[in-house]
Amino acid sequence: MKKYRLLKDKLLSKAFLTLTLLSILIVVMVGVGLYYKSIPILEKNTLSKLLFSSEWKPFNEQFGFYPYIIGTLWITGIALLIALPLSLLTAIFLSEYAPLRIRKLVIPLIELLSGIPPIIFGVWGVLVVIPLIQDHIAPHFVEFTTGYSVLAGGIVLSIMIFPLLISILMEIFDNVPQELRDASLSLGATKWQTVKKVLLRKSSSGIIAAVVLAVSRAFGETIAVLMVCGNFAQVPHSVFDSCYPLPALIANNYGEMMSIPLYDSALMFTALLLFVIIVLFNTVSRIILFRIEKSTT
Amino acid sequence: MRKIEENIFKVLMVISTLIITSTLFLILYTIFSKGLGSLNWDMVSKIPEGGFYIGKGGGILNAIIGSIYITLGSTLLGLLISIPIVIYINVYATKNSLFTNITRLTFDILFGIPSIVYGAFGFTIMVYMGMKTSLLAGIVTVTLLIIPILVRAIDEAVRVVPEEMGHAVYALGGTRWEAAKIILRQSTAGIVTAILLSFGRAIGDAACVLFTAGFTDSIPTSLNQPAATLPLSIFFQLSSPIPEVQNRAYAATVVLTLIVLVISVAAKVVSKKLSKNKI
Amino acid sequence: MSQSHISIKNLNVYIGENHILKNINLELPDKKVISLIGPSGCGKTTLLKTMNRLLDRQADVRVEGEVLVDGENIYDPMVEVTHIRKKMGLLSQRPFPLPMNIYDNIAYGQRIHGNTNKKELDALVEKYLRDVNLWDEVKDRLKSPATRLSIGQQQRLCLARGLSVSPEIILGDEPTSALDPISTKHIEELFLQLKDHYTIVLVTHILRQARRVSDYIGFVYMGELVEFGTADQILNHPKEQLTKDYVFGALS
Repeated sequence: MKKYRLLKDKLLSKAFLTLTLLSILIVVMVGVGLYYKSIPILEKNTLSKLLFSSEWKPFNEQFGFYPYIIGTLWITGIALLIALPLSLLTAIFLSEYAPLRIRKLVIPLIELLSGIPPIIFGVWGVLVVIPLIQDHIAPHFVEFTTGYSVLAGGIVLSIMIFPLLISILMEIFDNVPQELRDASLSLGATKWQTVKKVLLRKSSSGIIAAVVLAVSRAFGETIAVLMVCGNFAQVPHSVFDSCYPLPALIANNYGEMMSIPLYDSALMFTALLLFVIIVLFNTVSRIILFRIEKSTT
Repeated sequence: MRKIEENIFKVLMVISTLIITSTLFLILYTIFSKGLGSLNWDMVSKIPEGGFYIGKGGGILNAIIGSIYITLGSTLLGLLISIPIVIYINVYATKNSLFTNITRLTFDILFGIPSIVYGAFGFTIMVYMGMKTSLLAGIVTVTLLIIPILVRAIDEAVRVVPEEMGHAVYALGGTRWEAAKIILRQSTAGIVTAILLSFGRAIGDAACVLFTAGFTDSIPTSLNQPAATLPLSIFFQLSSPIPEVQNRAYAATVVLTLIVLVISVAAKVVSKKLSKNKI
Repeated sequence: MSQSHISIKNLNVYIGENHILKNINLELPDKKVISLIGPSGCGKTTLLKTMNRLLDRQADVRVEGEVLVDGENIYDPMVEVTHIRKKMGLLSQRPFPLPMNIYDNIAYGQRIHGNTNKKELDALVEKYLRDVNLWDEVKDRLKSPATRLSIGQQQRLCLARGLSVSPEIILGDEPTSALDPISTKHIEELFLQLKDHYTIVLVTHILRQARRVSDYIGFVYMGELVEFGTADQILNHPKEQLTKDYVFGALS
């Protein structure tokens, strides 16, 4: 009986270890798989041509991703512009100023927000944001716009990254030891001065890490953005122009993927691009956050 | 002078908090006011009849059931994989070793990979294995998506269990596996919350199933048949030029939103309830 | 001096870069209560954890020397660690009842070692609960969750659970530090009763407790065993200056 127990323990240990190792390999497998499928297109085009040209002629085997890349950057930029200040202010408020009652009320609401599926943000974007831009905002600035624009994508995206930013920022602020705040306050500084000079400075690397994570989340968001961005491949000249971010490119064209030669390879290359950037950003960001946590425990 | 600055920022902070919390209500309000009107019993109890997409009768039962199948399947599969992993890094491996840190980092990275990438990868696997779009392909791809979510959340729950709980088992001459069982028992609340969380994520995701599960008007009866999902059902109906169909999309959105809200609230309630019995 | 139950020879323990225990030589007599006293952070708990090899669970640990239980070196690579641990019962600083009802808590040890006979388990559960004077208080609610007991009752429960695998030795790591005075008294009385059948090794930083329960006392300071002797010797006529300083209050 005893031997069996011990044997069981040893076997399970080996089995679990194998499972863990295999799962870690998933990252590698995804990267390799996508790369493998991208090889055909890489053979026909140099990397710089793919990234910087705007010629999109699948039948000529020309794939210039430039407009798509720029489109992604534009909406991510707008989203960050909106979300960062708001999230920072809210996180500081909840972490440093708000009474417990308010924290208990607001934090679950933000968690609820993070649980809402992207498609619903997309529907909301179509119902509310597009008319808002088309009828109320844009007329002040431009002649004509359909409303399906960089700005729409940016707004929808910013709401989607609020919860992520806020939760990471709050975790970072929690990591700053109370003694540091006390030291500042006891020197006569006001709470706000303490926040400005002590909290934010101490958390600066963490804030950067949070932003990097939020950016990588924004890069990868597909459905919500696809529904409001216009899906028009051009380099946008204003926020009211339509754009065509990378994930939307993949999602919209999967149907044609198999019929046009090299198209599937192009889409897989897109996925590979996203994958590489996002993995890089995530790795750097997580390591920074890990270091922060370690240094305060 | 500093007082003025402080007060300005205080006001700004409250305003931004209000903005953020009100977006939740704004979104819910919009969805419900637009979609509730078109929601009726037919919608949730019937599959699309002929001409559904040009305005004729039927409902979205195909999508509801399809989504449930995929989500249940992937959650089950995901648990089967993630629980052993969490047990390994918390009970068998040495704590805070390079191995456990790298494992956690890897899952943090996998967590950040967007569903479209998992979808594209799932698609390549599908093609490689000669499969067509199917329930199985959808389940496997969504499983990939939720494994990191499960691992992270269950790991959080297990890490909170004091190590003396394990010591008590070892002191009685127990093996690591026996200690693991006790630790899992102790973290039941956290595990249930993790399951609900990943369930919510899985059911609402479109990009993952776009290439892999396909779409169909019927309810799949085997793993090899394509399956409809709620997010895709919404998406396709919304792109229709016919107002009736668009309204149905809004109704479907309400259905999805309700499901997700119920899951989120349930997660909160469960975690509160079960953690009352903890030490 | 009765025969040694536990013999520690030239024990050196390193955790990472730190030399936590230095050249410990200790003979622990059979069926007596031995207290290890000393200031916090000086290695008492580490020493205790060396005795049932619970220290193995920590990262970066190196153990040199021998720990002999009934003549067997428990650090011999051929030795089966779960077998060793079964010989010792552990009582932690705070009670950690397993997440199950009272009955299952006590029966757990038996069950994992293969005993599932209901009649036997019923009898054993009653015996051990009686041994810790808990039976009368819980006999009507054996199936209710163990977490519903008061903290003093939980600690007694953990003691009963530890006894259920018939150890020879009970190790206590400041077992009353989380308890109120009345529960503390209960536990101390139990130790005095139990020493007829078990060797009891306690870590405590409460001198008065050591005075109340111990037959022998060892003074540990900065990882070294400064002095070891009968309770009377250590508390009233300590030989070493350091011991004097600690016992009479100069050290803290």
